[in-house]
Amino acid sequence: MTTTVVRPPSALALHEVSASYGGRTVLDGVSVEIPPATLSAVVGPNGAGKSTMVKAALGLVPSVRGHVALLGEPLRRVRRRVAYVPQQDSVAQDFPITAVQVVEMGRYPHRGWLRRLTRHDDELVAAAMEQVNVADLADSPIDELSGGQRQRVFLARALAQGADLIILDEPFTAVDARTESALLEVLTSLCENGRSVIAVHHDLRTVLDRFDHAVLLAGTVIAAGAPADVLTAEHLERAYGMAPLALNR
Amino acid sequence: MSPDDVMIVVITGLLSTACALLGSFLVLRRQALLPDAVSHAVLPGIVLIFLLTGERASLATVLGATAFGVACVAGFDWLRRTGIVGSDAALALVFPALFSMGILLISRFASGAHIDLDSAIFGDVTFAPLRTIEIAGADVPRSLVITGGATLATVLLVTLLWRPLQASTFDPDFAELGGLRGRLVNQVLLVAVAGLAVVAFDSVGAILVITFFVMPASTARLLVRRVGTMLVVAVAVGWLSAFGGQRAAVTFDTSIPGTIGLTAGALFLLALLFAPRKGLLTRRLTRLRQPQ
Repeated sequence: MTTTVVRPPSALALHEVSASYGGRTVLDGVSVEIPPATLSAVVGPNGAGKSTMVKAALGLVPSVRGHVALLGEPLRRVRRRVAYVPQQDSVAQDFPITAVQVVEMGRYPHRGWLRRLTRHDDELVAAAMEQVNVADLADSPIDELSGGQRQRVFLARALAQGADLIILDEPFTAVDARTESALLEVLTSLCENGRSVIAVHHDLRTVLDRFDHAVLLAGTVIAAGAPADVLTAEHLERAYGMAPLALNR
Repeated sequence: MSPDDVMIVVITGLLSTACALLGSFLVLRRQALLPDAVSHAVLPGIVLIFLLTGERASLATVLGATAFGVACVAGFDWLRRTGIVGSDAALALVFPALFSMGILLISRFASGAHIDLDSAIFGDVTFAPLRTIEIAGADVPRSLVITGGATLATVLLVTLLWRPLQASTFDPDFAELGGLRGRLVNQVLLVAVAGLAVVAFDSVGAILVITFFVMPASTARLLVRRVGTMLVVAVAVGWLSAFGGQRAAVTFDTSIPGTIGLTAGALFLLALLFAPRKGLLTRRLTRLRQPQ
């Protein structure tokens, strides 16, 4: 008798993905697989195409070629199961909205344009805010929150959505070290519960210390795998043109 | 107040309602100059209709103007999304081109006829009660019918699209990824703005329309914490401007549209200075009261 082991599909699989933006080719034939239930980082120098890679995977960049699978499926079949936490400056800074209203948006993909939010939705919203410790900020306008508080609110929106894959774009800019550490703890616990988290990130030190998986990007994939194997002096030199000093142990 | 006075306030108030609802989203999306651009971009539509039909202030004129208003917002949206030029530049590139096309058409084919925006589609609310049409045996001001219809359509549209409008204005990527059809809703909003602007130009004139798209929404933004409240306050500010402006114009014997516009401006200035959290003076006072 043979048993077949069903491997869960990759959190994100790109095959020969190329993307251009504003007439410039930013990604050139990127192929990479990011395993499920891991905390993964996409790292690389400025202009390496980190944000473009995740946005291309999510269908948010106009001209993309190649093949993308999220949680083993094409995007259109997993829209509700994938959440995106955007870079703070791509959100309308002046929009009048309270923290709880932002988190409620996480339920919109499930309820569509018109169906009312149910009591179940309200419970999920409250639980998500509790989980990232922003329940007491529920009625605060978003433009009165600190960078770290905002980032937690957006993470709560992803949790309220019930996403299996959460993709964050530079989540720790404008966040102090203590908040960064607390947010990383939440993300780690999500991965322990089987969810997949991918963060575009630039602090290589935290990638080594806290992440399970890393993709090093410089227009194309330089290396992917366990952070210690990826962030070697040789790879970093190829990506950055020089090995960042802080990592020399 | 005479019946004509009431009619002027009602027509202006209805129009300010529609403009405030769409204008709130334009202001939040930093596209507040869009109605101004549309007001120039409609010229070639007006001239083409004149060349085809010999009419210069008919229903066909409004339709021709609308077509070019829509062309203006479509061109703007397309240029913006290429990512090659910025949002503001995209707008500034499209409408002067269309306006120039209109000027060229006039000088080449219609130099003898007196065609300009004022005579063709820019009305004046002062005379709105006098331009009537007959409905079921009664004479009803044409502008009342048109603005009533436009306002009703706008209220329905904003109600139906409330969630996607809100989500795609706040966080466009989220709206798109979450299947809320953010891009589609964006295009519907732009076309609605172009259509409403042209209809409103015809009833109350261009400056008042541009005022109503921007002023009440900007005033409301200073006073609220939630976008739903912002829309309600913007509508209230619009009606207050219409009523206050009309009364002041009668009292001081001044231009009605001008005085209504100025009233809207005065309300904005009050909010800018005294709004509870965001007002300039309020913030200074709060800082002074805090112990050093």
